[in-house]
Amino acid sequence: MSAVRADAPGRDGARLGLAARLGAARDADWGPVPVLIGLALIWLVFQLLNENFLTARNLSNLVLQVGVVGMLSLGVVLVLLIGEIDLSLGTLAGMCAAVVAVLLTNHGWPTWAAIAFAIAVGAAAGLLQGGISVLVGVPSFVVTLGGFLAWQGVQLTLLGNAGELRVEDEFVRGIANSYLPSWLAWLLLVVAVAGWWADVALRRRARTRLSLTTRPLSHDVAACLAPAAFGALVVAYLDGYFGVPWLLVVLIGISVALGALTTRTQLGRHLFAIGGDREAARRAGVRVDQIRVLVFALAAGLAAVAGLIAVSRQFAVSTGTGGGTLLLEAIAAAVIGGASLFGGQGRVYQALLGALVIASVENGLDLLGKPSSTKDIATGAILVAAVSIDAISRRRRAARGA
Amino acid sequence: MPAVNSAPLLRLEGIRKSYGAVHALNGVDLEVRRGEVLALVGDNGAGKSTLVKTIAGAHTADEGRILFEGDEVRVSGPQAAAELGIATVYQDLAICDNLDVVANLFLGREQVKAPLAGRLRRLSNAAMEQRTREVLAELSVTTLRDVRRPVSGLSGGQRQAVAVARAVLWGSKLVLLDEPTAALGVEQTDMVLGLVRSLAERGLGVIVISHNLSDVFRVADRIAVLRLGRNAGTFVRAESEPDDVVAAITGGRLLSGAKAS
Repeated sequence: MSAVRADAPGRDGARLGLAARLGAARDADWGPVPVLIGLALIWLVFQLLNENFLTARNLSNLVLQVGVVGMLSLGVVLVLLIGEIDLSLGTLAGMCAAVVAVLLTNHGWPTWAAIAFAIAVGAAAGLLQGGISVLVGVPSFVVTLGGFLAWQGVQLTLLGNAGELRVEDEFVRGIANSYLPSWLAWLLLVVAVAGWWADVALRRRARTRLSLTTRPLSHDVAACLAPAAFGALVVAYLDGYFGVPWLLVVLIGISVALGALTTRTQLGRHLFAIGGDREAARRAGVRVDQIRVLVFALAAGLAAVAGLIAVSRQFAVSTGTGGGTLLLEAIAAAVIGGASLFGGQGRVYQALLGALVIASVENGLDLLGKPSSTKDIATGAILVAAVSIDAISRRRRAARGA
Repeated sequence: MPAVNSAPLLRLEGIRKSYGAVHALNGVDLEVRRGEVLALVGDNGAGKSTLVKTIAGAHTADEGRILFEGDEVRVSGPQAAAELGIATVYQDLAICDNLDVVANLFLGREQVKAPLAGRLRRLSNAAMEQRTREVLAELSVTTLRDVRRPVSGLSGGQRQAVAVARAVLWGSKLVLLDEPTAALGVEQTDMVLGLVRSLAERGLGVIVISHNLSDVFRVADRIAVLRLGRNAGTFVRAESEPDDVVAAITGGRLLSGAKAS
């Protein structure tokens, strides 16, 4: 039997006409480009409306503002990847914040022990919810809706009648209120950039060795230079105020670790497989149930860290910590960053960019003295717009692929 | 171990399977050799699917013997079948749309490297991609140029090719295909039938379930007919006519209009 002719459009770049090239561009995975364009537009508009928006001081504040939602969105994106939802992460963060406050303020625990215990409580709560969802077969929406209520109840119980608990611990306060000395910021940047360059070079070498196709060298050079230049700009700019906040280092560090986990490891591959087709993954030998439970625990552990950041921002825990629209904003951030609510699509660091979009809108409208009602409306509109653009591009891609 | 090409790779003897009072299989014999495509045909309810599921380990027979490479085996589950070298490509293909071709081929058995342990080990993406290209080239699959594209963008035939390549990649000796050309267009059907032939040319045994007699006559070396859970004849393709097979399927009555084209 003869080999079969290609029934897919040719993808050899050299032979493509302009129309085909545009088509290929539409098909391509745009990665962070849409959310970056959106972010640039939002920043431009706010800068035009208020010249204080892009000052070092305001951008420094913006980094701190993005902390809680950003950290929460990292957990959300993991849960969305496997095609589940977790509605409890917000109040879980609030409960863990209350646990830390009670241990530190009322019981005088050492800082590290209180933090470790709170994160363990968070992870255990996630383990419980994931376990119930997987073993009993209750949809995660329902289990975590129950969790949403229950954890808030625990938080209120812990805080008692006062409804608020101050935290004096220096370390906890410092998480969102301390800055890197200039030299350390630059050193970290150099180390991070060097690591990234080495990674790009090693991947290229691995492909060349096996004589596989490689990206054009210019792509790799751009992939090396762009983050370096952007990083240098951020560090130099923030140095104009107090310096680079530690919180930014924590956010980027955790998202890099989770990014590597999801895109570079076998476990990460399995997360995408479960989100894509759970039954196919199971038949291929992926330990679906185990991994699902693990993801709920991991997301809950990250929510506990988000709770810590919330404490650090407010120097206290109140009944409102972790409540309100917090979790919905984190889900919105993940979706604006390109994660799919149907599972199997999404990138960790893009969720952080999505969180930056939401925080930028809030920050900008604050600067303009708008009430929170306006902020809610604007955030809602942006979410729907972002998802609509994504849905349209996906439908086009599917239509062309079929 | 017989090295001759004609020695049976798989031999079923007197397979019986009942679901309650329903006798799905009533003592079926079947034989597949290396390098041979065996088509399994029969009307709805003839027991084709039940038989394939028995071989695939999806359920076990009540009675009868299964000999694989000359030894009697118990196919107690899909895992046991995979360990023997029996791969099944079901109609729904069981591939993940959001993953690319390489990821689908290696799903569950990814090539990994140090440093971390367990499932935190790093994927060897370049090595997996190279192996994928080799397997696709061996199978003469030229339609999958970009193995880094998500499978969602592939046609039905290409997806079938991915599922079949997965079976080959893992060194399967016997491949079971359930209606591989159902819902495919003419060109896609050509491609998939070509793929089935190239599996046999590689020395694998292939069992194809199909309703489409014209496809069966193009691809099979032998045709086994089941009727009401019993053997109703085995035909050597080169020596038989579609009408003979139709007669066997329907139990001797030659229905007008049922002639295969």
